[in-house]
Amino acid sequence: MKLRLKIWRQEGPHATGRFVTYDAAEVSPDMSFLEMLDVLNEELQLKGETPIAFDHDCREGICGSCAMMVDGIPHGPQQSTTVCQLHMRHYRDGETIVIEPWRARAFPVIRDLVVDRGALDRIIQAGGYISVATGNAPEANSVPIGKDMVDRAMDAAQCIGCGACVAACPNASAMLFTAAKATHLGLLPQGQPERSHRAVNMVRQMDLEMFGGCTNFGECSEACPKDIGLEVIARLNADFLRATLRERESI
Amino acid sequence: MRLDPRVPDGPLETKWSDHQFDMKLVNPANRRKHRILIVGSGLAGASAAAALGEQGYEVLCFTFHDSPRRAHSIAAQGGINAAKNYQNDGDSVHRLFYDTIKGGDFRSREANVYRLAEISANIIDQCVAQGVPFAREYGGLLDNRSFGGAQVSRTFYARGQTGQQLLLGAYSALERQVKRGTVTVLPRTEMLDVVVVHGRARGIITRHLVTGKLERWVGDAVVLATGGYGNAFFLSTNAKACNVTATYRAYKKGAVFGNPCFTQIHPTCIPVSGEYQSKLTLMSESLRNDGRVWVPLQAGDTRPAHAIPDAERDYYLERKYPSFGNLAPRDIASRSAKEVCDEGRGVGPGGLGVFLDFADPIRRLGIDTIKDRYGNLFEMYERITGEDPYVVPMRIYPAVHYTMGGLWVDYNLMSSIPGLHVLGEANFSDHGANRLGASALMQGLADGYFIIPHTLGDYLASTRLETVETIHPAFIAAENDAKAQVDRLLAIDGSRTVDSFHRELGKILWEHCGMARSKAGLQRALELLPELRREFWSDLRVLGTGEELNQALEKAGRVADFLEFGELMCRDALHREESCGGHFRVEHQTAEGEAKRDDDQFAYVAAWEYAGEGKEPILNREPLSFENVHLATRSYK
Repeated sequence: MKLRLKIWRQEGPHATGRFVTYDAAEVSPDMSFLEMLDVLNEELQLKGETPIAFDHDCREGICGSCAMMVDGIPHGPQQSTTVCQLHMRHYRDGETIVIEPWRARAFPVIRDLVVDRGALDRIIQAGGYISVATGNAPEANSVPIGKDMVDRAMDAAQCIGCGACVAACPNASAMLFTAAKATHLGLLPQGQPERSHRAVNMVRQMDLEMFGGCTNFGECSEACPKDIGLEVIARLNADFLRATLRERESI
Repeated sequence: MRLDPRVPDGPLETKWSDHQFDMKLVNPANRRKHRILIVGSGLAGASAAAALGEQGYEVLCFTFHDSPRRAHSIAAQGGINAAKNYQNDGDSVHRLFYDTIKGGDFRSREANVYRLAEISANIIDQCVAQGVPFAREYGGLLDNRSFGGAQVSRTFYARGQTGQQLLLGAYSALERQVKRGTVTVLPRTEMLDVVVVHGRARGIITRHLVTGKLERWVGDAVVLATGGYGNAFFLSTNAKACNVTATYRAYKKGAVFGNPCFTQIHPTCIPVSGEYQSKLTLMSESLRNDGRVWVPLQAGDTRPAHAIPDAERDYYLERKYPSFGNLAPRDIASRSAKEVCDEGRGVGPGGLGVFLDFADPIRRLGIDTIKDRYGNLFEMYERITGEDPYVVPMRIYPAVHYTMGGLWVDYNLMSSIPGLHVLGEANFSDHGANRLGASALMQGLADGYFIIPHTLGDYLASTRLETVETIHPAFIAAENDAKAQVDRLLAIDGSRTVDSFHRELGKILWEHCGMARSKAGLQRALELLPELRREFWSDLRVLGTGEELNQALEKAGRVADFLEFGELMCRDALHREESCGGHFRVEHQTAEGEAKRDDDQFAYVAAWEYAGEGKEPILNREPLSFENVHLATRSYK
C-alpha cells in the first residue's frame, strides 16, 4: 500500500523544526512501523537526504527506546503497544500519518524524533530503589509475599520508562512513571522502610525536572504501552500526603 | 602467547572460597582513589558498577543508550537459573554445574562453571532484596519453572519479563550509587578503543553520539560488559544496536578472542516475513514447557494445522528425544527444525517454520492457566503476525540469539591484556559451545555482583599502577585512530547504505556459518567477506557529519568491525574439525545426524590473537581438562 507521512524534522536542539512530507510507496501490511521508517530512510539516503533520526533498539516493546507521537497519540493507535510493535496491517492504503517527537519541556528534542529523557533517570536516582548493598541479602524465601501482592507489584514494575505518559499528559506530568516505581516498591515488604522518603524525594525531583503537576486527566494510563493503571497515582498521592504530614509533625 | 587461566588449586568445591581468602584487598579508604571504567550497562555492567560503587571505588559507566535501563538484557524473557532446590527435585550446585558443562558440550572451563553454580543462589537472594517481583506461589514462596536441558525445576522468573525485572533491579542499584556520587553514568557515549599503556589497559576512547566529540578517559582498570555479537548475522534476536565493536577493538589491541564460532541459534523465534525484516523476535523457550513442536508427516502438506489429523503429524522432538522431548537443548531443537524444513516439511510462507502448538495444554490445563503463564508472549506473537496462538498454532523458526564466544578471560575474568576485564556475554567463559536457557542472566549477574568486585580488588591491590594522563602518546594515538576511522567512513561517498552491506554480510554468515557449516562453505565465506569489505570501504554512503547525532555513521563503524569479525568467526569454524554444541560441521556427524565431538583433538578453547592488518590471526589453545565430570557423548534421548 501507499502512505503519506508527515514527519517532524529538526536538525538539532536549537534548530527550528518543521514537518516534511514523504511518500512511502511500498508498504507491506506485515511490516512494523519502524521497518517502514527503515525503508524510507534507505530511500532518503540513496537520494542524498539525511535519514530521519529516531530512538529504537529491542523492537520487542520492552527496552522503552522507541518514542514517537503517531497522529497525536504516543506510540500510535494500537492499545498496549509500543510503536516498534505496531504493524502496518492496521493502516489502509492512501492514509496520511503524522509523526512527531514527544512534546514536553522536560524532554528537549535532540534531533528529529529523538528527545532527551534523562530526567526520568534522575527521578529514579532520587529514590526509585531499595537501599540494599550487594551481599547483604537474606535468604530469598525468608520473607513470603502473597501472590496477589507480588502480581500487583509486577503490574507496576512493568513500566518501560518510554515517557509516553508524559507525552500524553496535557500537563506533561511524569506522575504515572514516578508512581509506577513507587507502587512497585511500596507494595513489597522490602520496600517499606524507605516508602515515605521515596515518595517525597521522587515527587520533588519530578518537580525540579520541570514536569507538570498531575490533575488526574488519565491520558497517561490510556497511552501507556504496558497498561499501568491510574491506581498507582492514587497510591503515590497517599504515600506523599502521609509522608509530608509526618514530616511536618517532626519539625 | 601463553594463556594462563589462573584456576586456583584445590578441590572444585573450595576453589572459589579459598581464592577469595587468598586474594588481596584494597583498603576501604583507598578505594575512592581507584577509577574504574565500565563499558556497558546491562546486567553485567550495571551490577558491576553498582557493586564496585558500593565498595567505594570511583566508577564511570559508559553506555551508548540514552539510559542504562535500555541495555539489551532487558529483553530476556524466560528466567534465571539458581541451584536453590526449592522444589525438592534433586537439584544441587553440583547438578547445575553438571548440566551447564554438559549443555555446553564439554567446551567450558570446569572451575568457572562450578563457581557460577555456587553463586547462583546468592543472586536470587540479592534480587529479591532489591525488590525484583519474581513469580510466587499462593503460599508466598518463590515459584520455579523448567527450562531446556535440565530435568529439575530451577528457573526463577517474573512473567515473561525476567530480564527486564533483573535489569531494573541492577539499574536501580546503579542509580542509587549515582545519587551517592560513587558512580557516574555517561549515556549516549560509545567506546571506540581501549588504550594500553605499558602492557596494561589504562583507558578508553569514546565518541559522544549527540555531539560527536571524541574523548579520552584514564582509569586504573577497564571492564567491558558490552554483550554479544549476534548482530553479525544482521537478522538476530539481538537489539538493533548490539555490536562487536568494543570487544573487537580490544582484540585488535591484544586481547585474545575465545571460540568466536560458538554462536547459539535459538529454536523458537518468529519466522521472517519479508525483505524489509529488521530483526527477529524470540518467543521464550519457556513456551516449550507446554507447547508441542510438530510438522506434517508428509512433505508438501499445505493444509492448515487444524485440518491435519494427529496421525499425520510428526512431533519430531518427542519422537527423537523421548526423555527430554520438547525441552531438548537449544542447539538440538534448532537443528531438528532445520532438518524437517530441509525435508520440505516446513510450514508457513517459504516453508521455513514449524508449529509450536498449545491446543493440548489448553485442553489439559485450561485457557486461563496458559494465559497466566504465557499471556504476554501470546499477545506479542499476535501483534507481530496477526494470528491468535490460542486458536492457531504458533509458527516458529530458529534465529541467532546468543554468542557463547567472546573475549578470552582467566578465572578472575581478566582478558589477556592485564587490567582489561570482561563480563557477561562479552566474555567466552561459562557456556562452552552451547548455553542452556536461563543461564545468561545468571552469568551476567554472577560476574557483576559477585565475582568482579573481588577479583578486580585483587588486581588493583597487587599491581603497581603508575600515574597516566590523557596526554600520554598512547591516548593521543588511539584518539587519532578513532578520528581517522570516522573521517574515512564519511569520506567514501559511495552509493550503498550501511544496512545494505550489513544485510549482505548477514546472509553470507547465515548461509555458511549458521546452523550447519561445511569446509567448502566456510572457505567460500572467507572469499566473499574480504570482497564485501573492499566494496564497503569503496562504495559506502554515509551522509551528514561526525559532529552531530548521526545514526548511520554509528552503524557504519559497527558494521566495519562486523565485516572483519565475520572472517574470524568463519576461520574459527573452519579450524574446528568437529561438531559440538552450536557448532555443527556437516562433515562430523553420526549416522543419525547427531553432532560428533572430537575430544582428543579439540578439547580446548581456541583463543585467537590479532597479528596485524591483513595477517592471519594466531591460534592459541587453552586445553580444557575435566577432572570432575566424565566426558560423555551428550544424549538427550
